Amino acid sequence: MPKSDAHTSTDATPELMIVAKGLTKKYGDFVAVDGIDFEVKRGESFGLLGPNGAGKSTTMKMIASTSQRSGGELRILDKDPNQHGPEIRAHLGVVPQQDNLDREMKVWENLKAYGRFFGLKGAWLDNKVTELLEFAQLEEKRNSKTDDLSGGMKRRLTIARGLVNEPEILMLDEPTTGLDPQARHILWDRLFRLKENGVTLVITTHYMDEAEQLCDRLVVMDKGKIMAEGSPAALIKEYSSKEVLEVRFGSENNKEIAKQIEGIGERLEILPDRILVYTDNGERALENILAKGLHPVTTLVRRSSLEDVFLRLTGRTLVD
Amino acid sequence: MSLINATVDSAIAIAERRRGKLGSALYSGRGSAVIMRNVYALKSSTWLVVLSGFVEPVFYLLAFGVGLGHIIGDVTDGSGNPVSYAVYIAPALLATSAMNGAIYDSTWNVFFKMHFGKIYQAMLSTSLGPLDVALGEIGWALIRGFVYACGFMIVVGSMGLIPSLWGLLAIPAAVLIAFGFASVGMGVTSYLKNFHQMDYVNFFMLPMFLFSGTFYPLSVYPDWIRAIIEALPLYQAIALVRGCTLGNVDVSLLWHALYFVVMIVLGLLFTTKRLRALFLK
Repeated sequence: MPKSDAHTSTDATPELMIVAKGLTKKYGDFVAVDGIDFEVKRGESFGLLGPNGAGKSTTMKMIASTSQRSGGELRILDKDPNQHGPEIRAHLGVVPQQDNLDREMKVWENLKAYGRFFGLKGAWLDNKVTELLEFAQLEEKRNSKTDDLSGGMKRRLTIARGLVNEPEILMLDEPTTGLDPQARHILWDRLFRLKENGVTLVITTHYMDEAEQLCDRLVVMDKGKIMAEGSPAALIKEYSSKEVLEVRFGSENNKEIAKQIEGIGERLEILPDRILVYTDNGERALENILAKGLHPVTTLVRRSSLEDVFLRLTGRTLVD
Repeated sequence: MSLINATVDSAIAIAERRRGKLGSALYSGRGSAVIMRNVYALKSSTWLVVLSGFVEPVFYLLAFGVGLGHIIGDVTDGSGNPVSYAVYIAPALLATSAMNGAIYDSTWNVFFKMHFGKIYQAMLSTSLGPLDVALGEIGWALIRGFVYACGFMIVVGSMGLIPSLWGLLAIPAAVLIAFGFASVGMGVTSYLKNFHQMDYVNFFMLPMFLFSGTFYPLSVYPDWIRAIIEALPLYQAIALVRGCTLGNVDVSLLWHALYFVVMIVLGLLFTTKRLRALFLK
């Protein structure tokens, strides 16, 4: 396990790791990040949830001080990334959206060379490499070429590489995109372990289940702006009902039938393929619909999720 | 705020040590870590490619110097002394191979690492700065250039084509030349968007190789062409190396060397600026 206990501060008030005020990034006329405010505390697992193009990755790059902000304020561990880029990056572990492992090097060399980039000493790194390979469950792949690893293994190696410098903040951009369910769960387990060890996690995702699993607190982003902020449970409580009833009448009929079931539940959301009925009691709402003599093709009663929060806030679904 | 255990310096402590120093946002004094990476990568690369950098100038020497030289016989060097044709072109081939090696490393290799391997993206998410990357990559090109130059000198020396002991200076001269070309080449590469555009580089390099006094003296040209060629780096490189190997050592060699010192400084500024614009925008 990467030792991060040495990182934890001793004072009782939680230290602010990242502070952004009015943070803005423009590319010419295009505003990628539009004046966002947020704070991340030590040991917290903080999420940026939003669809592709919401400005999550740009925000991550500004935090990782590989992209200069166009306006607003940003401090990472009370340092300005515009002036202290290399210093800030020494505190960070970065796991980019697309694996950028070095294909010309073996698995263990990827870790060791990366440690050298931070100026870490060889003998110390040798132990660290062994420790990280164990953490990433890649001991047997030590001498393999990186090209020979599966997608999940590459992702774990990228995370292990991001831990070489014992970072206080680990930045994960879409950590499980493109992985199969089993690989995702292994990865989540590794990330939980890091969190237990006090590493601050900053995660972007467009998967609501991932955000619910991993994040203590998150901001919902859309079109460069923050739409809402809170814990997954609090956001669901604030912006959605306890349960959701999904009914399908066939894509032709949904709109017409929605008029007839207006008034059932607190709120309706009409999507091209289905109608969502927001209510505290899904079964009762379904009874009411059936009592009107309507016959949905399929029905599903489920708990509200962050997907519903996003839909409520933006009128769009997260994954198109 | 040093945070980690006392026995080993943490990445943070290492990075903070450079605080307040000139260029600390661009440079962390660890170009050597970039060279290390290339040593690892070399171990798993094809040795044939590595060998080709050494073989190329030797082939040219055999074809032109020994083969063609047989028909040409002796030519006069800059000071009016007769020398064999092979002796005349050997230094030019060394200078050219120093240039070609540096350009190859700083265009093809750098282009690949920049756009496909995403190697620099990974390096610049650590506490390395763009100047570390530039110096490391150029340093690596120089190490290779040095090894190739030594190899070539051993071959031509044993063929008796280096009449003067001053010829030993041709090795550091070749490294200086490679440094100049590599530092400019990397900056140029940062503008290239696809492999096709790499041909533009060759479009410039090939005529420079053929017409820069490589195979015959500049006296055959009218004055105005001569002036243009004398301003080009390969002519300067050849004049520098030829002066060393033929033992025609005088103050003019210092001017040729100075040309490369200026080229190195401007090239490094240019490349660092470009890397910064590309990766830390």
